[in-house]
Amino acid sequence: MSLRSYIIGRVLMTIPMVMFLLTLVFIILRVIPGDPALLHFEKNVDPATLEAFKQRLGMDKPIWEQYFDYLGGLAVGDLGISMQDFAPISEHIAGRFPATLELTIYSIIFAVLFGVALGVKSSKTYDRPTDHGIRLFGIVTYAIPVFFLGMILQFIFGIWLQVLPVNGRFDPHYAPPTRITGMYTIDALLTMNTFALIIALRYILLPSITLGTVLCGIFVRLTRTNMLETIRMDFVVAAEARGLSDRVITYGYALRNAFLPIMTMIGLQFAALLAGAVLTETTFNLLGLGTYLIDRINHRDYTGIQGTVVVFGILVSIVTLVMDILYAYLDPRIRL
Amino acid sequence: MVDVLRIKDLIVEYTTQRGTARAVDRVSLTLGENRTLGLAGESGCGKSTLGRSLMKLVPYPGKIVSGDIILNIDHDITWKKGTIKKGDVSILELNDDQLRMIRGSEIAYIFQDPMTSLNPMLSIGKHFIQIQQAHDPTIEDEQALERAKEVLESLGILAERVDDYPHQFSGGMRQRVMIGLGLVLRPRLLIADEPTTSLDVIVEAQILEEMAELKEKFNLTMILITHNLGVLAQTADDVAIMYTGRLAELAPTEALFENPQHPYTEALLQSVPDVTKPDKKLAWIPGAPPDLVNPPDGCMFNPRCPFAMDICKQEEPPLIQSDTGGLVACHLYGRS
Ligand SMILES: Nc1ncnc2c1ncn2[C@@H]1O[C@H](COP(=O)(O)OP(=O)(O)OP(=O)(O)O)[C@@H](O)[C@H]1O
Ligand SMILES: [Mg+2]
Repeated sequence: MSLRSYIIGRVLMTIPMVMFLLTLVFIILRVIPGDPALLHFEKNVDPATLEAFKQRLGMDKPIWEQYFDYLGGLAVGDLGISMQDFAPISEHIAGRFPATLELTIYSIIFAVLFGVALGVKSSKTYDRPTDHGIRLFGIVTYAIPVFFLGMILQFIFGIWLQVLPVNGRFDPHYAPPTRITGMYTIDALLTMNTFALIIALRYILLPSITLGTVLCGIFVRLTRTNMLETIRMDFVVAAEARGLSDRVITYGYALRNAFLPIMTMIGLQFAALLAGAVLTETTFNLLGLGTYLIDRINHRDYTGIQGTVVVFGILVSIVTLVMDILYAYLDPRIRL
Repeated sequence: MVDVLRIKDLIVEYTTQRGTARAVDRVSLTLGENRTLGLAGESGCGKSTLGRSLMKLVPYPGKIVSGDIILNIDHDITWKKGTIKKGDVSILELNDDQLRMIRGSEIAYIFQDPMTSLNPMLSIGKHFIQIQQAHDPTIEDEQALERAKEVLESLGILAERVDDYPHQFSGGMRQRVMIGLGLVLRPRLLIADEPTTSLDVIVEAQILEEMAELKEKFNLTMILITHNLGVLAQTADDVAIMYTGRLAELAPTEALFENPQHPYTEALLQSVPDVTKPDKKLAWIPGAPPDLVNPPDGCMFNPRCPFAMDICKQEEPPLIQSDTGGLVACHLYGRS
C-alpha cells in the first residue's frame, strides 16, 4: 500500500466518523432533553414568546429539516445562532478559540518535552533512586486534578512569590498586540512587539505548565516503558557492538523507536487536553473555548453548547487524522 | 604468529533471584592470527556469554567476575578524546570510550538473528554511515555511502539498495548486510554467533562459503559459534567444546572429529546425522545439562556420562594436554 492510498483511505474513514459525531451531538441535544427551547427558559414562559423564539432559531421546523439545516450550515462553517444573544456562534467561537489553541499548543509542547526528557532519564537510571523518583512524579501528576495543581501554582508564583500573574491573558493596563491569529504570543512575535510578547508569555506560562504537568505523566511512563523495551532489543545491542556512541543509541535508536507510540499518544491525549483546557481556563480565568462552554451551559444556551461541542469533536478528529498520517509517514514499515 | 586474542581464566556470572549462575567458568583460550576457532556445545552452555564478554558486552544482569582478555592491535587507534597504542590491550581495563573505539572496528560481532539486529527505522545506508562516523567523525555521509556500496556489492547486494530499509530484505540478505557492517571497518577479530542458524540450509551454505572467502581476503581471525558441528568440520581450524561454562575439550578440528577425547564430545558427534550413513543410529545424550545455580560436585558431566567413575563425582577434572594435540578435561586421561 502506498502512502498516498493510505492517506486517502484514512481521510475517507474520517468522514463517516465525523458524520456520526455530528448526528450524535444533534440527537443528544435535541431529542434527549426534550425541547431545548423550552429548557432555555427556566421558568414558565408564555407560548407566544416561546413560539417567536423558536421561529427565530429555526426550531419550529420538523426535526429532520432542522437536522439538514444543521448539516448544511456546518458545511459552510455556520454553527447557527446563540439562544442567548442571537449572534452567530461561529463568531463567538472565533473570538474564543485562539486562547484555547495557544494554551493547548504550549501545554502539549511542555508535556511532551518534559515528559519525554524525564522518561529518558528514568529509563537510563533504571531501578535507581532517580528512576523511582521520576516514576512517582509521573504518577502523582497524572492523578492530580488540573484545578488543584493550578491553584497551588497560583498560590506559589502569584500570591507568595508574586512573580507571575494568575488571572487572564494579558495585562489590562496595556493594549494586546495587533490581532492576526488571536494568539497573543504569536501575534506579538509576528508584529515584533517584544514588550507585548513578554507580557503574553508571563500570562500563558502558569496555565501551560499546569496543564502540561498534568499531561506529562503519561508521556513519562510511555517513554520509559518504550525506552526500556527498545534498549533490550537486539538491534540496540548490535549498535553497541558496532561502537556507536551512547548519544546515538539513546536518541537515534531507543528514543527514535519509542517515538511512534509517543506520537500516537499525543493524538489520543488531545481529547484529554481539551478537557483539561476547560478546567485550566476556568482556574486561570482565560477567555477561551472552555470557559465559553461553561458559560453556555450556565445560560442553557443549547445551540451554543452544540456549536462548541461540534468544534471540539471536529478538532479531535482532525488531530487524530494528522497523527495517523504522520505515523505512517515516519514508520518505514507502513510507508511502503 | 601473533596471538590476536588471549583469554585467561575468564569467569562470567549471572546473578538472578534464584542465585548465581556461572555461565563462563575459568575459560582460557589463545587464538592465533588468521585462525578460525569453532565454539560448540549444547544450548545454554555459555557460548554467547563468552563471545559477548570479549567486547565487554555481557547482557544484564551478567558480570565478568575475573580473568583477563588480551587483544592484539596492529595499529595505533587515535580519536578526539584519547588513544590506544598498538600491541596487547587488556579489554577489561579499558574505559567506556576506549571500548567503544574497539567495538565494531577491531572486534566485530555478528548476531544470530539478522531479522532483529538491524534498526527497522533506519535505511541500510544509514547503518553504514553510523558505524563509520562512530569511529571517525570526519567521514562525510557520501564517502561512507560509497564505502557501503562497495561492501554490499562484494557481498552480492546491489549498490542501489543502500536506501532500502531492513524489512525490504530477506533473512539471508540481512545477514549479508550484518556481515558487511561487521567488515566495513576491517576488524582484526570477527565473532560470529550462530550467524546462519535462522537461515535455510542453502542460504546457510552460501553464507558460510562467503565468510570463508572474506576471512582470507581480509585476513580475519574468527570465532565461529554454532551448535552445528558439521559447519565446524568445514570451516574451523580448531574446535572448542563447552559444557556448562567450562571447556570440555579443545583440539585441532581434524583430531577432534576423528578422535574425540571427551565423552561429551563423542556424544555430541554421535548426535549429528550423517547423510552418507542413513542407517546409523542417532545417539542422543541422556539427561539434560545441570542447573548452573546448583551444579553437581566433581565433573559437571558426570550425571550423564556413561564412563563416570567414583572420582568424577568428587573431583573436577583439570584441563590437560591430550594425546591428539589438544586439551581435554576428563578423568579418563592423564592418570597412569
Ligand atoms: N540475561 C540473562 N540472565 C540470566 N541468565 C542468563 C542470561 N543470559 C544467559 N543466561 C544464562 O547463562 C547461560 C549461558 O547462556 P548463553 O546465552 O551464553 O548460552 P549459549 O551457549 O549461547 O546458548 P544458545 O546455544 O542457546 O545460544 C545459560 O544457562 C543462561 O541461562
Ligand atoms: Mg547463544
